[in-house]
Amino acid sequence: MKSLTALAVTLLTVVLATPSAFAFCGFYVAKADTKLFNQASQVVLARDDGKTVITMANDFRGDPKEFAIVVPVPTVLEKGQIRVADRAVIEHLDAYTAPRLVEYFDPDPCAPPRPMAAPSSGVRLLYRSDAAQEKAAKSLGVTIEARYTVGEYDILILSARESAGLETWLRDSGYRLPAGASSVLGSYLKQGMKFFVARVNLGEQAKLGFTYLRPLQMAFESPKFMLPIRLGTLNADGPQELFVFALTRRGRVETTNYRTVRLPTGLDLPPYVKEEFPNFYRAMFAEQVRREDMRAVFLEYAWDMSWCDPCAADPLSAEELRRLGVFWQPETAGERPRRPGALDTFVTRLHVRYDARHFPDDLVFQETADRANFQGRYVLRNVFTGDASCEAGRRYRETLRARAEQEATTLASLTGWSMEEIRRRIGPVGGEAARPDGRKWWQRLFGD
Amino acid sequence: MTLLVAQVEQTPRAPVTRMETAPTVPLPRWDPRIYQIATLGSLLVYGIAWLGFDVEPRTAVIILGTVLVTQAAAAHASRTRFDPRSALISGLSLCLLLRTGSPTLAAAAAALAIASKFLLRVGSKHVFNPTNGALVALLLLTDHVWVSPGQWGSTAVFAFLLASAGGLVVNRAARADVTWAFLAAHAALLVGRSLWLGDPVVIPLHRLANGALVLFAFFMISDPRTTPDSRAGRILFAILVALGGYLIQFRLLQTNPLLWSLAVCSLAVPLIDRLLPSRRYEWAEPGTGRRRERSPS
Repeated sequence: MKSLTALAVTLLTVVLATPSAFAFCGFYVAKADTKLFNQASQVVLARDDGKTVITMANDFRGDPKEFAIVVPVPTVLEKGQIRVADRAVIEHLDAYTAPRLVEYFDPDPCAPPRPMAAPSSGVRLLYRSDAAQEKAAKSLGVTIEARYTVGEYDILILSARESAGLETWLRDSGYRLPAGASSVLGSYLKQGMKFFVARVNLGEQAKLGFTYLRPLQMAFESPKFMLPIRLGTLNADGPQELFVFALTRRGRVETTNYRTVRLPTGLDLPPYVKEEFPNFYRAMFAEQVRREDMRAVFLEYAWDMSWCDPCAADPLSAEELRRLGVFWQPETAGERPRRPGALDTFVTRLHVRYDARHFPDDLVFQETADRANFQGRYVLRNVFTGDASCEAGRRYRETLRARAEQEATTLASLTGWSMEEIRRRIGPVGGEAARPDGRKWWQRLFGD
Repeated sequence: MTLLVAQVEQTPRAPVTRMETAPTVPLPRWDPRIYQIATLGSLLVYGIAWLGFDVEPRTAVIILGTVLVTQAAAAHASRTRFDPRSALISGLSLCLLLRTGSPTLAAAAAALAIASKFLLRVGSKHVFNPTNGALVALLLLTDHVWVSPGQWGSTAVFAFLLASAGGLVVNRAARADVTWAFLAAHAALLVGRSLWLGDPVVIPLHRLANGALVLFAFFMISDPRTTPDSRAGRILFAILVALGGYLIQFRLLQTNPLLWSLAVCSLAVPLIDRLLPSRRYEWAEPGTGRRRERSPS
């Protein structure tokens, strides 16, 4: 037993002494932009101490009079608890947290090492949203708890004795309810939830002059830290895309009833990916979803809001955070923080592709104490194309082929793309054909 | 992990109910704790390597090292024999459940788990399951630990369930009743709630397919040193824990309901033992019926 104890103590000492430092240095490239994912919605959840501010953004492109959402909410909301938010801030948050591509340039192997430059620039990802759709007319056991006009929206807060009455009322009011809505509505009602119903007030919209629908924001107190996704899966035409941006004080947010999986990150890819980063990201995400059997939520970003490295966009200012519902952020001059720790907010970006079959239950979250930074980051290393005729240059060129092959393998594994196509796109490497012409190794050795 | 298991396995032992005369029940061939250690160890390796558990190998080593050192120190202080098996089970369970970025807190949890066995006692039983007690204490006392109940894929859950249930069958463990009673009560509550809400049955099934639940049912609530002595008491205890968990999850809307419920219900075990008395459980020598010396592990 003594030897066992001694062994344990030895292991303890070794691991405690292991350093775990990592420094980033490289160029940041902006390539991906606009709608990468269809049928996507964005939700910002600012939460601390049981208080939640939820901001729901959508990219509804149809006729505004067709637009309606029905959202289960844990409490009756007063008018002051609802407001219209600014889409630009969400776009900023989206850009700040987006997966990023970074680019390095191999140095001249014949020259002494030189310091690398700082990262710069930004990626933007935009998504289109799909919300629960409904319409209007008479009532049975339905109570209109409140009725407001907020910005361009007419809002009703409903409670009901039973789901059939609520369903009838919503249908009669012109809301198109998907098949199966009744049982889901009934389940939420029995759980004590109210229903937040919003439609566009065309008159107000015309007066305000907005050509798009602005995000809705509501603030409430409830121990429930969840997103009701079940209603939305009923009428979905295929899987839906959801981005959740959680703004918290303590640390990273994760789902407690589904696996939260980190997106593969920090991998070297063939430089041609620079030209098609959006395609890469879409294919990579689809492949990861497939590997997890579409039963996981993906972590794309987790970072202290005070800084970033490399920055896909500047961190949000205190003012912007307050507009996203970060109520614990003191009102300041609104300047961007100059030093780490200036903002008491941690951001988590979760990305989930879901349907009713793989995500039968609502998303339930918890805030963890994990403040470790994480980002989806993909690396391009550009080959040195100068003369490099020294001995080191010759050795450098010899490594290029294996490197290209490794990058191709990584890309194929991440995206499911075919190796042949990737090799074709990579083209010649280090002055030779990147890849043999389809001949077997022995054909190359012995000849045909 | 394999190395540790190999080293601690000196002579095979098995649990029997302590009796005044030689036991007449058939005895298992070997100590179920060895099987449990192997199951938990394999799961930890799988969790870290394939499921991406937020457990740094170094944290796991710190926890396992600390439980062994604490167990050795406490055994020395209490002049009992050092037996690493229960400590390793507590340590491995902690590795699987506890999440923290702080090595100090990981070590504190491990030390607390083992120390509680020696310090928080009623009669010859400890009050809290060591892992449960340490988790709840740290969740209460600091903001820097958490438990991630959602990180188990369904493949892992079913493999783990089979391994755990297989272990019970193979070893005919004396306290399987508390596990099955708890699982039945918990499943009945979840399914019952879904029926009442009109939810599809896939929702409670999804909630039941959770690795943390398997870990809880087979390795935590079943701890023979903290459950009531009588079978009736154990079944009552299991139902109380399931009910408490239900209330905490669906009324108080808190995370980790079962951990909280077990900790609270553990306080009622001395009362249950008084109301429904029976013989106390001891880990004992196999085959011989010989009582081993008392140790608090």
